[in-house]
Amino acid sequence: MAGASESRTSSEPAVSPLSIVVVFLLVAAASYGALIAAPEEATMGMIQRIFYFHVSSAWTGFVAFTMVFIGSIAYLRTRALKWDWLSVASAEVGVAFFTVVLVTGPIWAKPVWGIWWTWDARLTSSFLLWVLFVSYLILRTLVDEPERRAMVSAVFGIFAALDIPLVYFSIWWFRTQHPQPVMGDGGSLDPRMWRVLMLCWAAMLGVMTLLIRVRYRLEEMRAEVDALRMEQSRSAR
Amino acid sequence: MKNFNFLVSAYVAIWAIFCVYLISVARRMSSLQDDIRRLKENGK
Repeated sequence: MAGASESRTSSEPAVSPLSIVVVFLLVAAASYGALIAAPEEATMGMIQRIFYFHVSSAWTGFVAFTMVFIGSIAYLRTRALKWDWLSVASAEVGVAFFTVVLVTGPIWAKPVWGIWWTWDARLTSSFLLWVLFVSYLILRTLVDEPERRAMVSAVFGIFAALDIPLVYFSIWWFRTQHPQPVMGDGGSLDPRMWRVLMLCWAAMLGVMTLLIRVRYRLEEMRAEVDALRMEQSRSAR
Repeated sequence: MKNFNFLVSAYVAIWAIFCVYLISVARRMSSLQDDIRRLKENGK
């Protein structure tokens, strides 16, 4: 098995204590920025402060799902299981980030729009993206054989990732209830808010990196268990 | 302090989601660690 020989021993830590401290400090600074330092938005007031972690979680989710796309293509090209491990780790972490987006969005929408949810292009395509990657994770539980599971998942992962541009560009392509873009054409964010948003995104990318590394280690451990089981069944014969 | 409850709910939800996810990964890792230990002991 390609992966078993590549796995480190299960006793090694998945992330270094220093990286945990750095990410913790980033998250603390981002929370201070979002809740205290950023100026209050004139129309929405304090509820707009959800924006910093809502938007940065969405962008981080896009990065994680793009890693599934890259990992899936790399697996189909090389057939190395490490790419499949990266894909599943990124998919699971991406689903966690998009769960944050889908939970914080309605909490923000209710006091601002007067409704929790509306089936417009941005919200529907975001929900669809989440459903596609939850399906990707469920699909993996249905196939036992690692190489076959990796192959089926890679094909589905590439298909699911095709929804990413649809979600991102939906506010340009369709009339939607969702606020207009804060970057590129149409972006008009206060520079102080922009800096806090970037800090929150850096913090979320740090959290994503730690979670993917830990989740990747889980896959390494699974491969180690499979290799040990195979070894024992061979020696029992 | 209008909408303060909504703001607090959102931030609690964000960190609750990550905590639940981290606990789920930690439990799965602990279970695999036990499997590895057991399989290594059986193999001796």
